[in-house]
Amino acid sequence: MQYFEYVKYIIDGYILGPVTFFFLSVVGLAFMFVFRSWWTKGSVALTVLIGSTIFTFLSMSDPDFAAIVKKPDNIPIIIMLGSIGFCLWIAFRKMVINDQLIEKGLPTLEEQEVRKRVFCWPDLVYAEFLMLLLVTIFLLWWAIVIKAPLEEPAAASKTPNPSKAPWYFLGLQEMLVYYDPWLAGVIFPGMIVNGLMALPYFDLNPKGNGYYTFKERPFAIVTFLFGFIILWVLLILLGTFLRGPNWSFFGMYEYWDVHKLEALTNVNLSELFWNHLLEKPLPTNILLREAPGFILVIGYMAALPPLLANTIFRKIYVQIGFWRFNIMINLFLMMAALPIKMLLRWVFNLKYIVGIPEWFFNI
Amino acid sequence: MSLWNWITETQVWRSIFRHKYPDNPRDQSLAVLSNVFLHLHPIKVKKSGVRMSFTWCMGGITFFLFLVETITGILLMFYYRPTVEWAFNDIKALRELAPLGIMRELHRWGAHLMVITVWLHMLRVFLTGSYKPPREFNWNVGVILLVLTLLLSFTGYLLPWDQLAVWAITVGTNMARATPFLGHEGPGASLLALGDVQIVTAGSDVRFALLSGTLVGPAALLRFYVLHCIAIPLAAGLLMAIHFWRVRKDGGISGPL
Ligand code: HEM
Repeated sequence: MQYFEYVKYIIDGYILGPVTFFFLSVVGLAFMFVFRSWWTKGSVALTVLIGSTIFTFLSMSDPDFAAIVKKPDNIPIIIMLGSIGFCLWIAFRKMVINDQLIEKGLPTLEEQEVRKRVFCWPDLVYAEFLMLLLVTIFLLWWAIVIKAPLEEPAAASKTPNPSKAPWYFLGLQEMLVYYDPWLAGVIFPGMIVNGLMALPYFDLNPKGNGYYTFKERPFAIVTFLFGFIILWVLLILLGTFLRGPNWSFFGMYEYWDVHKLEALTNVNLSELFWNHLLEKPLPTNILLREAPGFILVIGYMAALPPLLANTIFRKIYVQIGFWRFNIMINLFLMMAALPIKMLLRWVFNLKYIVGIPEWFFNI
Repeated sequence: MSLWNWITETQVWRSIFRHKYPDNPRDQSLAVLSNVFLHLHPIKVKKSGVRMSFTWCMGGITFFLFLVETITGILLMFYYRPTVEWAFNDIKALRELAPLGIMRELHRWGAHLMVITVWLHMLRVFLTGSYKPPREFNWNVGVILLVLTLLLSFTGYLLPWDQLAVWAITVGTNMARATPFLGHEGPGASLLALGDVQIVTAGSDVRFALLSGTLVGPAALLRFYVLHCIAIPLAAGLLMAIHFWRVRKDGGISGPL
């Protein structure tokens, strides 16, 4: 227990911060991909499971941590984490096994059974019935043990601090740190939905249809999981557990102090360019003032695609053709825009690449 | 067994189930074919497709949770009035007065769980590459279902009308203000003007349409209630019917070709 106090101290004092949280997550994901045949072993997975359970229990002894985690509406997030972890474990395990089988020229796990037909009764209906029972029992237990929250009656004058959206949207709310609402709250969610819908029409890789495999479609899986795990799930965690009053960052075991203020010394690209680089005052003409930003953004969205098509994405470009490639690369660059802006913020304190508050047009 | 035999020999039983106990191929087929619920399924399925480790059963659980939400939701509607005067008090009374008062818990935790399972379902469909031909369209039906599931959860979040509810919805719907052209704080909105008259204002933008007001008030409560209890569930139900039908038309659960 005492030792755990040191652990807490180190985690909060030296490790956790928005930057390290993000980097550790990315490193963790990369680790998952590279060492997939190691961590999917039963023994390793079991160790991780036991380790993280012990860690959670120890952490629950901390009143500040427990206060946030035990909020009734945050409990689903813990359940989500556990179930995503478990499901990814199953999936990666099958991927590893199948990739080995494919390498040896043998049929995959699914292929061995796909031509075997079984009667729905009992094979499928019994399984369904069993799941139905399990979910019912679990839900009843949850409903009995934990009361649904009901706070004070609504009062338009009493704004809570922090005010948070429902947990499943907290990734989007976390994006507001880096992008204005028109992007983080409207364009990006729209792009996520559009991107998901368009996915089957630009991923023309015929392999990996109906069975688990990593080696036959690494780009698709890495991109999708980066989006889902890092940019969606982990940002939800960050937004829920590590963001307190005024959306300031708080460590896992830190008290949510309303008076904690983070210095905001962010600067716009226009200021960096005109004031610092050219040592001139900002031009009064808005378009001239923001020209560097516009050039960067247009370059990113318009000049980068042909460049990528001729270099690292050449194979994909040849495979899927001009139109599909353009749709895909646009979605891809939009998605990459979030981590890029994060980096720019952390490294240069950059606020806006294009900043025209006069027109509500800030990027 | 004799009681079982007696029951299954009665005219009542035989009028409902037109087959014997399904322990032989003929009755196993009939059990699925002659039951309106089970006939969503084909008579036989790929062995690879019924494996729990393949589908994680997540689509099925999502559907089951949708049913749970429908039933508990109907029960909650008996006790709840979507007006500012009553909403909060009705929810409070539900906790104190209603017998077996876990309906609200079941409904709320079921909703959270459904959000999780629908994500997991999408994850498994992605990881098995099941969005690839011929299932592109069904993947798209799924994406709309995903959005509807989130909207169902979001609209329901407002109904208890407590601080948690109102401010979460305020934060969420504030985004709409910034919609390009259509929100009064969105880029481009100021370009839409007739002479000096702004077309997109706080009283006419998408957020206003969503809330039927400039803030989360009585009209928004009614609007979210109707969306939550009628409009979105109907749309989701319809799309689920299409979704399941397409699973079969696309050749059943996916598998290597
Ligand atoms: C309310 C939401 C949803 C319900 C109730 C639902 C239900 C189901 C069910 C019961 C199946 C049969 C196989 C299985 O259980 O995995 C299925 C298959 C499928 N679902 Fe969903 N689903 C939903 C949302 C989604 C979403 C969000 C997506 C994708 C973005 C999706 C895409 C698919 C596809 C492509 C299949 C065919 C998979 C295959 O053949 O292997 N569905 N769905």
